Amino acid sequence: MTCDPWSNKLDAYVDSELSGEEVENLESHLRMCSSCAADALGRLQMKRLTQAAGMRHAPAPEFRLRIEQSVHAQKRARSWFSWLPLSSAPPSRLRLTSALLAAAAVLVLMVGSFDLWLQHSQREHALTELADLHVATLASATPVDVISTDRHTVKPWFAGKLPFTFNLPELQNSPFTLIGGRVAYLEHFPGAQLLFEVRKHRLTVFIFQDQAGVPFLDGPTNSRELAFNVETWSEGGLRYVIISDAARADVHDLSQLLRAAAHS
Amino acid sequence: MPLLPRLYNLAQWLTRDRAEAEDLVQETYLKALRGFASFQPGTNIRAWMYKILRNTFLTSRTGLKTSMTVSLDDEENPVAEPASAQTPESLLLARADQQAIENALDQLPVKFREIILLCDIEEMSYREIADALAVPVGTVMSRLSRARRAMRDILAVQIEGGSR
Repeated sequence: MTCDPWSNKLDAYVDSELSGEEVENLESHLRMCSSCAADALGRLQMKRLTQAAGMRHAPAPEFRLRIEQSVHAQKRARSWFSWLPLSSAPPSRLRLTSALLAAAAVLVLMVGSFDLWLQHSQREHALTELADLHVATLASATPVDVISTDRHTVKPWFAGKLPFTFNLPELQNSPFTLIGGRVAYLEHFPGAQLLFEVRKHRLTVFIFQDQAGVPFLDGPTNSRELAFNVETWSEGGLRYVIISDAARADVHDLSQLLRAAAHS
Repeated sequence: MPLLPRLYNLAQWLTRDRAEAEDLVQETYLKALRGFASFQPGTNIRAWMYKILRNTFLTSRTGLKTSMTVSLDDEENPVAEPASAQTPESLLLARADQQAIENALDQLPVKFREIILLCDIEEMSYREIADALAVPVGTVMSRLSRARRAMRDILAVQIEGGSR
């Protein structure tokens, strides 16, 4: 059996949590007490064996790849949507003053156009949500719930799952392929999430009811700095949003096909 | 992605299911990126990531089930003398192989398994573990002590059962 005052310190000793003085005192005790020395040795052996046994699960290479792609895409989406600086350095007095002046200027502008700002902020939030859904879908092992290249299979699948219906385009003479679809939610409103492919690039098309209350701006986003290309429009009470890393022209072509289908 | 193998290993020890571990790690990375602004430079990124992974696990279906079905003894109470106290530890370990240790780890309640993994595999300090688990350092020490005793008990039963 070990000695009480010392045995309580043996775990901390093998975990290197004792101070220099405590280690010195304990080690001089261990040199004289075979029972405590055997206990300490046993705990050390147990720690070593656990270290060897504990690293037994390794991620599969395909999972590692999936995570890398997902993180990369998320980083790009973040850099697109973040419009506030993320500096973590402590603010200097000068920087703080400049920041306050800038904040005051922003506030004046915001008071003047609060509605516009609110709308912009809600739109940014909604786009971030949709970009997250797009990224999560690409990273998922089961990106769609209905897998079919046939629009006559995919469209009926949504019947009863959504409070609206929509038309899908004929893709036979186009470079696009339909992969499938699933139900997505934006601000608690259900909508259709459709996955298309063009030359290995995936495009997500979201269709929600317009009264989902999200103030989108129509038209394509034109900046070349954006990581994703987005195009959104409203048609027959439905809001369409396409998000993809495919070329802007491809995103626009798909939007034309969907618009044509909506009119048919 | 230097942390991926370690996070994945912890996730699979927690969930004991490959698909669930993959989902857990993926969600952890997405949450970490989303909340990176809240990361304080100078703090341990491994402990920070583990904290996210653990919180995500606890709110998952398996995590909720685990926290409901596993009751943890009052950590402030003195630790009961283990059944294996009479077995010299070095003798016990001399008869334990890696498989026996893995089995013992598997059988531990998730909170015990977790703290042993953080301390022995991840080699986190008691302070880092306390931060990751959101408990005082004293609780880390008592929980670790209980966890190791529980593991020795399981090993003793395994070895004695096997030698019969």
